[in-house]
Amino acid sequence: MTPITRRQVLLLLPAAAAAWEFVLAGTPETAPTYNSADHWWGMLLDITKCIGCGNCVRACAKENDVPDGYFRTWVERYHVSDFHIESPLVDSPDGGKEGFPPSAFTDGKNFFVPKFCNHCVDSPCTQVCPVGATFHTADGVVLVDQNYCVGCRYCIQACPYGCRYFHPTKHVADKCTLCYHRIVKGLTTACCENCPTGARQLADLKNPNDPIHAFLKTHSVQVLKPHLATGAKNFYNGLDGSVR
Amino acid sequence: MIPLKDISHLLRMAVVFLLGLALFLLLRSSFIPKSFGRYGHFRGDALGEITARPIAYAGHQTCEGCHPEEADTKSKGVHAHVNCEACHGPLAKHAEDPASITPQLPDVAQLCVRCHSENIAKPQGFPQVNAKEHSGGQLCDTCHQPHSPGLSQGARK
Amino acid sequence: MEGFMYPNEVELQWSVLIVLYPFLTGLVAGAFILASLERIFRVEEVKPTYRLALLTALAFLIVAPMPLQLHLGHPERSLEMYLTPHRSSAMAMFGFVYLWYLMAVLLMEIWLDYRKDIVVFSQTTTGLKRFFYRVLTLGSNNISAGSLHVDDRVGWVITLIGIPSAFMLHGYVGFIFGSVKANPWWSTPLMPVVFLFSAMVSGIALVMLVYMVTCALRKVAIDMRCLDTIAKYLFYTFVIDFTLEMLDLIHRIYEADESFRSLDFMVHTRLFVSQIVLQILLGTATPLVLLAATQLVRLSVAVRKRLYAIAGFSTLIGILAMRWNVVIGGQLFSKSFLGYTTYKMGFVTREGLGPAILLTLLPFVILYILIKLFPPWYEELPSPTSGD
Repeated sequence: MTPITRRQVLLLLPAAAAAWEFVLAGTPETAPTYNSADHWWGMLLDITKCIGCGNCVRACAKENDVPDGYFRTWVERYHVSDFHIESPLVDSPDGGKEGFPPSAFTDGKNFFVPKFCNHCVDSPCTQVCPVGATFHTADGVVLVDQNYCVGCRYCIQACPYGCRYFHPTKHVADKCTLCYHRIVKGLTTACCENCPTGARQLADLKNPNDPIHAFLKTHSVQVLKPHLATGAKNFYNGLDGSVR
Repeated sequence: MIPLKDISHLLRMAVVFLLGLALFLLLRSSFIPKSFGRYGHFRGDALGEITARPIAYAGHQTCEGCHPEEADTKSKGVHAHVNCEACHGPLAKHAEDPASITPQLPDVAQLCVRCHSENIAKPQGFPQVNAKEHSGGQLCDTCHQPHSPGLSQGARK
Repeated sequence: MEGFMYPNEVELQWSVLIVLYPFLTGLVAGAFILASLERIFRVEEVKPTYRLALLTALAFLIVAPMPLQLHLGHPERSLEMYLTPHRSSAMAMFGFVYLWYLMAVLLMEIWLDYRKDIVVFSQTTTGLKRFFYRVLTLGSNNISAGSLHVDDRVGWVITLIGIPSAFMLHGYVGFIFGSVKANPWWSTPLMPVVFLFSAMVSGIALVMLVYMVTCALRKVAIDMRCLDTIAKYLFYTFVIDFTLEMLDLIHRIYEADESFRSLDFMVHTRLFVSQIVLQILLGTATPLVLLAATQLVRLSVAVRKRLYAIAGFSTLIGILAMRWNVVIGGQLFSKSFLGYTTYKMGFVTREGLGPAILLTLLPFVILYILIKLFPPWYEELPSPTSGD
């Protein structure tokens, strides 16, 4: 038997990592072994673990060619003074892309909050799109069709979280795609891959073996702006009441 | 009864409207993309276009396939859950064709402090130092082996 | 930028062109409502302005989509709104409301009201003009009493349908803003109603001013009975509009929800000139006081004309300022309620002040052409040279 080459191992390993998750019945446009009906994507953000290194912001920019000055994901740093949770002091220098400079504060409560598209189930952005250029996939990801968007920017206005921007050269709306091109091939998102502390973890809510189910049972989690009932699927562990 | 000749101009206008409607229906059948509506109110082909995007980060499983020694060292240290490309950058192209691209070693002076420079907003238990006070200007990898940086693990250089 | 904003919020998305758009459609709706006063509600005092109001509405309706096209990232794809409209989107439904209003209401009403003149012109003019009018006759030269009576009845029905259509044309613009729950400056059920009444105010004021200016240019005496009646309806509509805006303001101040402090700060700093000075003092209080004076005190014709002119002009500035305060104001504060940004308006850029000014002037150019083609003056009606 000929010894297996490095190249063969290279090709087998990602396929092996992917194979266990997916049923062999695909939609023709995505990876052939991926069935979107078997998945429901969300993400777990652990505030207690985020160190504000900005790896996620840089990785996302590299993976998705995000233009300078615009952000598919960003990190905010909060300073809450004593009981004044309704007026935190927040900064996000260049979205936290190069990390954060030393804080001006020496007391109070301080923490980082990574933010990006919540891939809402009842997203106001898809509701207002006049042409159907932004839409939900069957596996719970909100995407933008860059070849169909007319650039009216209504979706950018309608997003309560500020996660959309107008692409400066393509002149269409743009935002986090949950690295759809990666997750359908069994990889995780670029931000999760590069998070050094596990503060960001992709979650497949339809997969009964996904660790998020156990986590949700044993931790207090919140979503951002729950009063707007967007059906956000980014779950934050340890989210403080001051977070806007 | 209104004589026909007194409403003939309205009938002609109605014909104009019908022609307009016919034109509209013709435009619809010609210009709506064929894949529109296949999965919902969007262009079905968009899914294929989006997933066809090239991948920049190979993912740690791929790296570990060719670099088992480094993977093994890392798995025993405190950087066990820090994935390779978090420090080495996007290397899918290198994984695809290792000989064609030689990855550059990360710039230690910049790299380590991004995570480990002390900041009041970082979680308390997370190892963070004031770089100048900690090493007096020496580069981090003078003492710490990046793949297993804990000094107690005998990884001191 | 001041304070904290989500990184993608610092740049404004909707420019002065999007301020202009509701201003223009508002003028259309308001001018049409003035026309319908005579046609449906038989306020025959304003008959001298009936045709002028319709032509004004048409001139502004033609220009209305232009700022939108300039704003779109891909205007060449704008047909998609008609081909694959997303039914949950108010913006998509606009395309059809606009088309309906233009084709089935305004153009039809103008055609029916002018048909006799069109047939006469098709026989008395020469050259290109003759061809133009002949096309508009659709080949029918019947202007008998019977056919004109049919026109009048059908036109009446169209005007009747036109009133809710005009309400929808501009009410939906208010809904486009009012239904955005992400933005507390915009999100209120009052928004479509406020937009509609301020549209009526601006449209009535515009037609009043156009009437005064065209009379002066033609050296014709103003029909004061007409002008006084228009001013009266302007005053009544303004009182309703003012009440609605005050209701919104008082409600916000009283409830003081999480957005209030941020919005209040924004109004007193970033929006001070446009909101307090231009919209409230110059654009609302001044015309209301002036118009009230003309209703309560007996004043001479000359004084009334002057007051109407000032009131009309300041009304238009006030309503334009209101659109600015809604559109731009809604983007100056962060949705985190922790910061503010500034609007950097260009001049000779695609979405800058230059194109905005040009697009505001263009309807008047179009109106001039329309007046030449379809004279709206009742004292100069052409005499028919042939019957049916």
